[in-house]
Amino acid sequence: MTEGVTGQAQEDPGLRRYLLPVLAILGIVILAVGLRVLADPRASQSLLAFIYDIIGNTAGADDLRRGAGDLLLAKIVLAGVALVIGVGGMWLIYAGVSAIVGLLPLRLQEKVYPWVFVVPAILLLGTYLVYPAIATFITSFTDGTGGDPLRHYRELTTPPFLAIFRNNLIWLVVGTLGSVGLGLAIAGLVDRVRREALAKTFIFLPLAISLVGASVIWRFVYAWKPEGLPQIGLANAVVTGLGGDPVPWVQTPPINTYALILIMIWLQTGFAMVILSAAIKGVSVEIIEAARLDGASERQLFFGVIVPMIRGSIITAATFIAIAILKIFDIVYVMTGGRFDTDVVANRMFLEMFQFFNDGRAAALAVVLFLAVLPVMVVNVRNLRGQGIGA
Amino acid sequence: MTAPAKPVERSAARQAYRPAWFTRTPLRVAVIGICLLWSLPTLGIFVTSFRNPIDINTSGWWEVFLHPFQEGQWSLNNYTVVLGSEGMLTAFVNSLIVTIPSTIIPITIAAFAAYAFAWIRFPGRTVLFAVVVGLLVVPLQMALIPILRLYGDLGLYGTFLGIWLAHTAFGLPLAIVLLYNFISQLPRDLFESAAIDGATHFQTFTRLVLPLSVPALGAFAIFQFLWVWNDLLIALVFLGPGVEQRVMPTALSVLVGNRGEQWHILTAGAFVTMILPLVVFLLLQRAFVRGILAGSVKS
Repeated sequence: MTEGVTGQAQEDPGLRRYLLPVLAILGIVILAVGLRVLADPRASQSLLAFIYDIIGNTAGADDLRRGAGDLLLAKIVLAGVALVIGVGGMWLIYAGVSAIVGLLPLRLQEKVYPWVFVVPAILLLGTYLVYPAIATFITSFTDGTGGDPLRHYRELTTPPFLAIFRNNLIWLVVGTLGSVGLGLAIAGLVDRVRREALAKTFIFLPLAISLVGASVIWRFVYAWKPEGLPQIGLANAVVTGLGGDPVPWVQTPPINTYALILIMIWLQTGFAMVILSAAIKGVSVEIIEAARLDGASERQLFFGVIVPMIRGSIITAATFIAIAILKIFDIVYVMTGGRFDTDVVANRMFLEMFQFFNDGRAAALAVVLFLAVLPVMVVNVRNLRGQGIGA
Repeated sequence: MTAPAKPVERSAARQAYRPAWFTRTPLRVAVIGICLLWSLPTLGIFVTSFRNPIDINTSGWWEVFLHPFQEGQWSLNNYTVVLGSEGMLTAFVNSLIVTIPSTIIPITIAAFAAYAFAWIRFPGRTVLFAVVVGLLVVPLQMALIPILRLYGDLGLYGTFLGIWLAHTAFGLPLAIVLLYNFISQLPRDLFESAAIDGATHFQTFTRLVLPLSVPALGAFAIFQFLWVWNDLLIALVFLGPGVEQRVMPTALSVLVGNRGEQWHILTAGAFVTMILPLVVFLLLQRAFVRGILAGSVKS
């Protein structure tokens, strides 16, 4: 602890010891001011207008304050400033607070240090996940009018909601089995061809596409024109080409739900394929050879040896996809908005929030979703533990 | 002798595993067929986005392959319309503004936390980490209503700040768990020698942990980037459908509502939303695959 006194000759830790705490306070101030500015919905315009005032472009500043002018530029400037403030301020705080802790007596240091690193994450998780989850539970049992805490749940047992739950169940079963089944089949097939990586890219690519984008893509595949007109959608072109009548896929229950599920399968098969393909490669060559020598056919080898050996990975892929499917929202929202008997829990919840303004029922739907995801997640975690992953 | 011989054995066995050519040809055809089938829907909107509205409505997009060089059938007009009057350019900028901080901030916060969970002993560490893992179970939907009310009170609805914080928090559990899995596997000697050298935790973190964790950080960054860029629900709930601040998935879903049968606009709009994630994805495919496997199968 004497370096501070002997000082100057080396890199002067004394300076660093006092500089960093100052920086920490500076970071906090910058972050606070920054957040204050950013919380304003018209932040971007005010900011660029302020800059224009400084550099003397009064006309530009006035335009912006009226809500016209270089709005796009204003936004980009704001984003740049926000990035510097957000990331820079954050690092300053971590660095500075660490330095302040470094001034404490050694024993105290060891106690305080971990919290410097963990507290920001805990605060965010507490505010955005723990507190809301509890609040949603409470809201779901709160009845605005009478004193019936179970009212929202009781309403969920009426036919329109039972239809929604039935749809979610169809999604869960068909979507999960479809994605994992196809993913497994394709993983098994491409494992035996050259150019495997290229083939996989094709299957994998949809994963990069948003659910909204995928919905538009498939809306076009399902496009429908009255009989006699040229069909511009691929699906109906095939149907009419084979001599059938064009089908309004999206509007016709019950096939429309399956048509929507197909979109999800198209997206998720690549995910299953990646996991299962890696697992297949992990099966030892010796075992495959042994099965061959015992006279197993290719089919027996695949279903009798490889599939049982990669069971853990199959469960992993299935649980991840099942959870994504249970929460499915975008596809239904974009394709039908829940009409034509296609509604699902997450979409209905959104409608309850923003169209019917029934927060209690929306909260009850969220709780139902949570309860549906829970067992799948338990299976997932158990399965991962079984594979020796400490989480 | 045995050690160098092993790789040869392995590849020979792999070779034997591949079936003979007469079973391989149908296999190849099947694989090519599947790849083609998988790409057709995307190819359809890609081709259509360059055709003029009349052609689109009178003939299937696949018919252009009969006369690909016919004059006047290709144009960039749809894109001009979509980016201009349909507001997709603004939405594109908004998406960038939302996505970049929403990717960098959670990684930073998660990395600090993951390091502390992995390498610093403190009371409550196990319990807290268990809570973080437990939060993976909570669907986003559980958070929407209370946060929306909170945002209403604080005036954060419709602000970029609001959505950055939301995406940061929602991305944290997965980020912390993924980074923990990686950082906790770093060799113990590293940290012991750093401690002997008198490095503080902050120095150990910035000089050792961060550089060594680049693969894991990168994998999560790609995940989070794609997730935020493609997200509709959080954007709809916390930013709203207003033209000023809406992001691309919102803008595209609005287009579907307003321009339902105008395929020249919809296809071009869809392609604009897809272009950046597709490029990122194709360039960084390996890292992405590694990320998926790290998050699901092995640590």
